[in-house]
Amino acid sequence: MAEMAASGESPEILFWVGCAGSFDDRYKAVTQAFVKILNKVGVSFAVLGPEETCTGDPARRAGNEFLFQMQAVSNIQVLNGYNIKKVVTACPHCFNTIKNEYPALGGHYEVIHHSTFLQQLINEGKVTMQGGGGFKGKKITFHDSCFLGRANNVYEAPREVIKALDVELVEMKRCRTKGLCCGAGGAQMYKEPEPGKKDINIERTEEALDTGASAIAVGCPFCLTMMTDGIKNKNRENDVQVYDIAEMIAKDQGL
Amino acid sequence: MSILSRLIFLLIFIIAGYILYRRVSFLRRAILLGKESDRTDNPSERLKVMGLVAFGQKKMFKRIVPAILHLFLYIGFIIINLEILEFVIDGLSGQHRFFAPFTGTWYVVALNIFEFLAVGTLVASIIFLIRRNAIAIKRFTARELKGWPGLDANIILMAEITLMIAILVMNATDQALADKGFGYYTQIDGLFFSSLIKPLFIDMGAETLFIIERVAWWFHIIGILAFAVYVTYSKHLHIFLAFPNVYYSNLKPKGQMDNMEAVTNEVNMMLGLPANTPEGEAPAEIARFGAKDVNDLSWVNVLNAFSCTECGRCTDQCPANMTGKLLSPRKIMMDTRDRAEEVAISIDKGGPGLEDGKSLLGDYITKEEIFACTSCNACVEACPVNIDPLAIIIEMRRYIAMEESGTPQQWNAMFQNIETSFSPWKFSPSDRFNWADKLKAEETK
Repeated sequence: MAEMAASGESPEILFWVGCAGSFDDRYKAVTQAFVKILNKVGVSFAVLGPEETCTGDPARRAGNEFLFQMQAVSNIQVLNGYNIKKVVTACPHCFNTIKNEYPALGGHYEVIHHSTFLQQLINEGKVTMQGGGGFKGKKITFHDSCFLGRANNVYEAPREVIKALDVELVEMKRCRTKGLCCGAGGAQMYKEPEPGKKDINIERTEEALDTGASAIAVGCPFCLTMMTDGIKNKNRENDVQVYDIAEMIAKDQGL
Repeated sequence: MSILSRLIFLLIFIIAGYILYRRVSFLRRAILLGKESDRTDNPSERLKVMGLVAFGQKKMFKRIVPAILHLFLYIGFIIINLEILEFVIDGLSGQHRFFAPFTGTWYVVALNIFEFLAVGTLVASIIFLIRRNAIAIKRFTARELKGWPGLDANIILMAEITLMIAILVMNATDQALADKGFGYYTQIDGLFFSSLIKPLFIDMGAETLFIIERVAWWFHIIGILAFAVYVTYSKHLHIFLAFPNVYYSNLKPKGQMDNMEAVTNEVNMMLGLPANTPEGEAPAEIARFGAKDVNDLSWVNVLNAFSCTECGRCTDQCPANMTGKLLSPRKIMMDTRDRAEEVAISIDKGGPGLEDGKSLLGDYITKEEIFACTSCNACVEACPVNIDPLAIIIEMRRYIAMEESGTPQQWNAMFQNIETSFSPWKFSPSDRFNWADKLKAEETK
C-alpha cells in the first residue's frame, strides 16, 4: 500500500490480510490463493503489509477494551491516512470488527467478506469455472462461521460460491442460524478450553463427518484450524479435506 | 348474588390490585438498578420486531411441537381472559351471565371458542408436564432448574389445568341447573365441550349442583387473580415482559459490541487526540469498567433477566454447555435476576443493598462460566424473546480484564503479544508480508 500511495495510485480495494493470513502456516495458503484470484481477475488491490496490525478483536472479546481501542485507533489512522474506502477480508472476525465496531471510533469503510466478494466475481462473470481441483460432483459441506453467519447474517454468499463449483452441497444438522461454533470464537483460540467432557471442535467435526462429505469448506481462519484439528483427531485427514472457499476457487482455476 | 358476596368480590379485586401494584413497582425498582442505556431509537423498527417476535411468536416456531402447544396457552390466555369482563360485571352487579340475553348466537360462539381454547390449554399443559417430568427433556433437567425453578414451572402448569377444569365444570353445572329450571340459570344451546361432561352432573341434586357451580365460578375468578399475583413472583413474568423486552432488544448486528466511551476518552488522551466529550465538560466519573454486580449492567440486561422464562433454548444451543462446560446462558440470566431481586429487597427493607458483601460475579456467577463463552451468539439467536446473555458475559469479562487483571494466563500472553508484536501470536511484525514471498518467487519463475 505504501508503494502505491507513494506513486499516487489508489487501489479499488484494500485486502485486509489479518494475523492468521499473515502468520499461520496453513492459512497463508488461503491468503495466497485469494491474491492469485485477485491478480487473475485484474482487480486493483493493495495490502498494508507491515503496517497492518491486529484489529483488536480477540482482546475486546476477552474483555480488554483498552487494548482493543488502542489497536483500533491506530489501524483507523493508517486506513484513513491512505483514504481507504473499501476493505475486503477473508477473516470474519476482522470483517465484523472493521465493519461494525470501527465506525464508533471514526473508521467508516465499505467492508465485505471474501465470500461475498467471490460471489460477486462469479455473478459478474469475472470468474468462470474451469473444473480444476476435481470438485465437480463431490459431496461438500459448509461450516458456518459464527462471526459471518449469526453475527452478520451472511449465510448465502459462501454457499453460492461453493455451488458454483458444481458440487453436491450437503448441510450439517446444525447450519445457518443454528450453526454450531467451531470453539475458537470469543478469544477461545488463544487459551485451553474450560474443563468439560469434550472439545467443541470435536463435536462439530463429528457432525461434519456425519454428512459423508469428502471436504469441509470454511470461510474463517479459526474455523479452518479447529476443523483441521478435529479431522486429525478423528484420523480422517487422508480422506476428508478442510478448505477455505478461496482455495477451492483457486484450485478450480488451476491457480 | 347477595350484597355480601358482591362486596367480597369487590374486596378481593381491590386486594389483588393492591398486591399487584406493590409488586410491579418493586420489579420496576429492581430493573432500574441497571445503568441507563438508550434504546428508544428507531421506534417503527422496534414495533415491527415486537409484533413479529413477541406478539407473532416468530422465534418460537423454530421448534414446531412446543410452538403449537405454547400457542394454545398463549391464545388461550389472551382470549379466555376476555371472559373476565363478564365475571367482573356479574360479580359486581349480582347478575348471572350478563352478556347472554342480548348477544344471542354470538354468546354461544364466544363460549365455544373459550371452551375449545380451555381444552387446548388443558391438553397442552398436560403434555408440557409430561415433557418436563416423565420424558425429562434435557433442557428441563439442568442443574439451574433444581429446586424452586423446576417447581415453579410445575405449579403454573397445574394451576392452568385446574383453572381450565373450573371453566368446563362451571359451564357444565350451569347447564345442568338450567335443564332443571333452577334459579336464574338459562339454557345456552350448543356448548360442545362442557355438554360432553354434563352427564357427570346430571344425576346430582339441584342444591349440590348450585354449590359446585358457585365454587367453580369463585375458584375461577379468584384463581385468575391469584395467578396474576403469582406470575409476578415467578418466571412467568414473560407473559407481560416479553413485549417490552423485545421492543427494547438490540437491533444492531449481533456481532457488534458496544463501544466503551469512557475507554475511548482515555485512549484519545493517551494518544494526544481530542476527547469525544464536548468542550469544557469534564468526562463523567467512571464507577467501574465492566460489570461486577447488577448495578454495573444496563437496565436492559436486568429487564432481560426478569423476562426469562427459563425455557433453556439458549443453554441447549450453547457450544460450551453441550460439551460439558459449566457455562449455561440461562443460568447467567437467572443469576442476574436473583441478584437484582436480592438487592432490591434489601434496599426496600433499609438493608445494605449492593453493599451486602456479595456480588453477581463471584457469589452467583463464576469466572469459569464467563471464560467458557465463545461469543458465538447461539444463545442470543435461540431466545424466543430476544434476551442477550452474551452482553452480560462480555461486561463481566471487561470487569475481570480491566479491573482485576484476572484473565487466564494464556489470554494475558495474547494481550502482551498484541501490545508488543501487534498480533495475538508472537511473530515479528516485519514478517507480516512474508506470505507474499512465495507468490513473488512463482512470478519470477
